[in-house]
Amino acid sequence: MTEMRMKVNGSVESLDVEPWVSLLDALRDRLGVTGPKKGCDQGACGACTVLVDGMRINACLALAVQYDGREITTIEGVAHPLQEAFVRHDGFQCGYCTPGQICSAIGMLAEYEAGMPSAVTESPGLDEAEIRERMSGNLCRCGAYNGIVDAIMDVTGR
Amino acid sequence: MSIDYVKPEQATGTTRYVGQAVDRVDGTAKTSGQARFAAEFPYPDLAHAALVHATIARGRITAIDTAAARVVHGVVDVLTHENAPAMKPAPKMSMLNLGSIASSSSVNYLATDEVHWNGQPVAVVVAETVETARYAASLVAPTYQELPAAVDFATEKHNAVPEKKGNPLLEGGADKGDATAALAAAPVSVDLEFSTPQYNHNAIEPHATTAVWDGDHLTLHDSTQNIGWVRKHLAQRFGVPEKSIRILSPFVGGGFGGKGRAWPGTLLAVLAARATGRAVRLALTREGVYHTVGGRTPSTQRVALGADAQGRLTAIVHTSVSRIARVGGLPEPVTTATHHLYAVPNIHLSHEVVELDLLTNTFMRAPGEAIGTFALESAIDELAWELGMDPIELRLRNEPERDPVSGKSFTQRMLREAYARGAERFGWRDRDPRPGVMRDGRWLVGMGVATAFRGSIHMPVHVTVRLGADGKLVVRCALHEIGMGTATAQAQIAADEMGVPLESVRVEYGDSELPRGVGAIGSAQTASAAASVLAACAKLRKAVLALAPPGSPLRGRRIEELEARDGGLHHRDGGQTYTEILTAAGRDHLEVEHKPTMLGFLARTVRDSRRWVKATTGAQFCEVRVDPDTGEVRVSRWLGVFDLGTVINARTAASQLRGGIVMGIGMALSEQTLIDHRTGRIMNPSLAEYHVPVHADIPHIDIDYLNEPDPTMPLGLHGIGEVSITGAAAAVANAVRHATGKRVRDLPITLDKLL
Repeated sequence: MTEMRMKVNGSVESLDVEPWVSLLDALRDRLGVTGPKKGCDQGACGACTVLVDGMRINACLALAVQYDGREITTIEGVAHPLQEAFVRHDGFQCGYCTPGQICSAIGMLAEYEAGMPSAVTESPGLDEAEIRERMSGNLCRCGAYNGIVDAIMDVTGR
Repeated sequence: MSIDYVKPEQATGTTRYVGQAVDRVDGTAKTSGQARFAAEFPYPDLAHAALVHATIARGRITAIDTAAARVVHGVVDVLTHENAPAMKPAPKMSMLNLGSIASSSSVNYLATDEVHWNGQPVAVVVAETVETARYAASLVAPTYQELPAAVDFATEKHNAVPEKKGNPLLEGGADKGDATAALAAAPVSVDLEFSTPQYNHNAIEPHATTAVWDGDHLTLHDSTQNIGWVRKHLAQRFGVPEKSIRILSPFVGGGFGGKGRAWPGTLLAVLAARATGRAVRLALTREGVYHTVGGRTPSTQRVALGADAQGRLTAIVHTSVSRIARVGGLPEPVTTATHHLYAVPNIHLSHEVVELDLLTNTFMRAPGEAIGTFALESAIDELAWELGMDPIELRLRNEPERDPVSGKSFTQRMLREAYARGAERFGWRDRDPRPGVMRDGRWLVGMGVATAFRGSIHMPVHVTVRLGADGKLVVRCALHEIGMGTATAQAQIAADEMGVPLESVRVEYGDSELPRGVGAIGSAQTASAAASVLAACAKLRKAVLALAPPGSPLRGRRIEELEARDGGLHHRDGGQTYTEILTAAGRDHLEVEHKPTMLGFLARTVRDSRRWVKATTGAQFCEVRVDPDTGEVRVSRWLGVFDLGTVINARTAASQLRGGIVMGIGMALSEQTLIDHRTGRIMNPSLAEYHVPVHADIPHIDIDYLNEPDPTMPLGLHGIGEVSITGAAAAVANAVRHATGKRVRDLPITLDKLL
């Protein structure tokens, strides 16, 4: 067992975990923070996306012990205009991928602001093609992709 | 159609909500992480279960060594056929026993040494943590005696036999006139073979169950889209009365049919909880979902069409082969849509089915029509090429006035209008009819159309409606929310019926203690519930009127003279609010129920089905860009124009329709479940290797609908969860044919098929 501390959604949490426990399982099963979802447990669907010091990661591919001393934000700790925009543009149906989509979108906007390019970056401006490319790690089987892109476009004022 | 956005708090009791784009009532719960799914309910003594899957397709377990698993620190128990308590066998399939229809296979798990498919659960490990359970499961070592197995659809399809008659879930084969002779005599004809692969639902929430026994009382948090059937099935398997099982499923992370039956994970979680005396959570891995939850059958189909030189169809032959499993499964009604789409004097439709040693197949979004329309609508397009005729014109020339096979009337049929609107809106006239000539830079551009069709059913639903003296309304029914906006739509209907603001209505659902609902299957839920909500609200208005106190302007009025609005009943000479009436009568609340009997309902359904064909239809327009060097296909534009009856919520309806189209694009271009033809093992049981569409694959999808109520349906509405996947794959294939000149008849249309 390894003792570790993380700041999760603003509160410091101490926990004892085996070194093989993923960050996702630590959050969900040990801390009861169930906002991040488990859709594949192998980094293919993005439902587990959380923000670590503002950067988006797949929590299922991260070992909890690597995040000792870090600050984790899950959907429960998010207060962002995107949430209302998702409701207004119907950027979800069942809601299972939604926490990951919203956390991912917040991380994606930060990446974009920091000047990180994507495979489709040609001209300046965060257009629909850019958003689609940058959000493609987050699957939505209900097919709410249009609403998600509209919600993100809405909050970026474009 | 224009979508009028109304914020609930701005709306008043005089607003009509039906048809408007109101916010989902659970939007905040879903965007804040507060919505809890089946694997997210904590219990103090919770243990975690993991499955051990068979690695052979058919045979016997000669030994199963659990010693190494048992000594892992934190393992609670290892259940195998040698030590697991017995469940009762799966009931024989009968239409009179809904619990039997919920049965996903005839296998009695952990009861015998038999293995019926590669991936079948052969042991369950229960442990203190999910990691321990999974690790210990990897240490369980079965030894098998293998038996010959038939697992390869491509080779076994030749052993298919005609599907047994009399399955009421199926619209079977049909014969009218002499299709063979008419086909031979037709001046223009096409005769094509098509194939579709197995597809899997891949709801993003993997199936999960948390099971808690308290004596003979079972509480279950289950990711099910069919609470009622699953409860009946569990009662039969575990020998307890239905009323001692409570299933809670307020949020389900997508279903698409895959959560409509009792799959092994649910049964084994309940069994493990019974055996260990612990609360047990079994959250399937993604691979576990592939191995224990069936998908859509693969199919091969022949469509042959004969026509005269003017494009009037003279013959349709549509035959199919699909598979079930030796241990169960439902024959896929592949030719359903072909019964209803074209006015043809000579029709031959038939199904054949082969039994394989694989996991059972099951229903997936528009079973039958989704893959049947791919073949039919591709063949119609090919016939249009043969005739040198516009494919929309060919369809309109053969649009029937009455149902082609049965001669019955359509309750509603506006395909002509759908195509006319769609062609205008999509810019169909800009399409150069020649193949391979439209270009956008280096990309080849193609435009295709196809018809969507899905039969419409509904079921009896028991609803209670409670009106409080505070003017608030509670609608109760064990309905399901798997993404369609169930509570929102029923709240809109109830608010309109009682004339109260939307925020005064609460819909309680997702709990088997509530009045009996209907599965979220077959696009049946919304219309089924609406019928009973309407009936209950009518009773409630009468009950309120009966309480009108002396001196009330309502006193002595007939209910037909009154209008429910502004939170009360009103006559042109005056009215009273519900609060005034209930308070004056000294009542805290009024509650009414509507409980249709199954018998009465069936009688009406049979009478209806003798008179009418009820269905939703649509016109799908697709534009693709194809890279001439790599064969890469990108969908660049889409429009779906649908004839759906009344739309309850403009926004959630558009989302649901888009969702079906997205799944149809996946069907067309990237999705397939690959089965090793030697071992019967699924080779790509993951979201990394089974390619569902991602953001970058999906353009803006334009949705339009005609919004004409169907006079035979409650509020004129039909369920709309499935229609939009139908025709979608054909629209893509037809656009690819236009862009490249190549007809791909074998889904998915991957790059190699275009090179």
